[in-house]
Amino acid sequence: MASNFGFSISKPRVIDIDRNNLRKSNEILREMPELQSCIGCGSCTASCTAGNLTSYNFRKVHTLVRRGEYVGAYEEMNKCMLCGKCRLVCPRGINTRKVAMLIKRKLGDF
Amino acid sequence: MKRSNWEEYQKSIADDKYYYARSCIRQNFFPGSEKAFLDIMQRDLGKEVFDDPLHTSCTGIGYHSDIVPLETIMTVVARQFALMNEAGYENFISSCITSFGIYTELLSTWEEFPETEERTRENLYKATGREFVKPKNLAHTSDIMFHHRHAIAERMTRPLINVNTGEPLRVVEHIGCHYAKIFPKKGIGGSEFPYVLAGMIEAWGGEVVDYPERRHCCGFGFRNYLVQANRGYSVANSQKKLESMAPYKPDFIVCNCPGCAMFLDKWQYTVAEMEGITYGRGGRGIPVLTYEEMAGLVLGYDPWKLGMQMHQVDVEPLLDKMGVEYDPSAKYLGPNGKYIGKPEPAIVNHRSQRNLYSIKL
Repeated sequence: MASNFGFSISKPRVIDIDRNNLRKSNEILREMPELQSCIGCGSCTASCTAGNLTSYNFRKVHTLVRRGEYVGAYEEMNKCMLCGKCRLVCPRGINTRKVAMLIKRKLGDF
Repeated sequence: MKRSNWEEYQKSIADDKYYYARSCIRQNFFPGSEKAFLDIMQRDLGKEVFDDPLHTSCTGIGYHSDIVPLETIMTVVARQFALMNEAGYENFISSCITSFGIYTELLSTWEEFPETEERTRENLYKATGREFVKPKNLAHTSDIMFHHRHAIAERMTRPLINVNTGEPLRVVEHIGCHYAKIFPKKGIGGSEFPYVLAGMIEAWGGEVVDYPERRHCCGFGFRNYLVQANRGYSVANSQKKLESMAPYKPDFIVCNCPGCAMFLDKWQYTVAEMEGITYGRGGRGIPVLTYEEMAGLVLGYDPWKLGMQMHQVDVEPLLDKMGVEYDPSAKYLGPNGKYIGKPEPAIVNHRSQRNLYSIKL
């Protein structure tokens, strides 16, 4: 086994929700059920001050977290300046600043 | 799909008098298959098939790897058609799916851009002094086998039935991408519901397995395997398919493309060696057959004469299920009785400890 073939099998980049551990994601949604009403419009990212200067993408991070992809989420959320402009533009009225805080609190050890 | 749409995805296939274009790679991978096709057509069905020693590779692999320019491949294909005209045939059949895709693509290109056809005629005349007439009927050899499937079923000696249980064998059919995914109306059933292999399986008593990744590519894709560093992507595609089909417990896989049969067979060996995982029953791999081999078995041909000893995954479990009588000691004897060498034992043929079932269930 493990013979040297000169290449290794590429792992798929799909998000497999059946295999991901959704415990933290469910905890976040239990505390903030309104996050489920997100339509993914991206207004939060478009208006984001931090996102203007860095590659920080709020919509991407919270979507990945909801699908159980936690690696790097805490570090990403630390780029948020908590200015709250995203909350002003959210068409669903989601408290996005609280989402950022909640993800940081729940996923600090990932 | 509406019933009326289905009619658009049928093609006319000639009954007799075929000009046979061989594949450049199949004779290495599955050396008995093309011979079996000729034997079945000429001896069993009494059809006229001309196997021309003058024709060359269609250069499709070079074309898809950006080595052979479009004008060159057009001229090579035009030469094949010229040879067909010289031999007095009108129905062109090719053994390879890549070639079939190339012939279909170039005929369509000539139709859409007549100036390219004119230039090709000029190039061919300058290079070889030949002129050509386009074939009246173009088909892949699996289309021909599909066309004559009922005639084969009448002569069938071993249907695709498990002799131990009396139930139909569960068969995964895999169609080459270039068969109908480029020009869906040139294949039987189009790209979404290709019926060419499923029709054969059903006519010969087997049961077709429908599984989630049925239409996924095998991973052959020329650029994915030609460069060694990219091969991981190729294996990943085969692995995705194998993982998807394994829970349906297929008895064997049948392909109509040289590359698919090759890679679904050989990558099972690679996955087993790299990760120790096998996908068939009893900790073994799933045998992979070409449609000629399947037809040959059904018609009672000797498996070693069909070249089935050249498979990476051993076919003996399938032969036992079908009730085929074979001589195990003759497996590695060539056609003239000369020993051809025996491969090293491989995990894929010797009960892997990590079968997919034991991991997931």
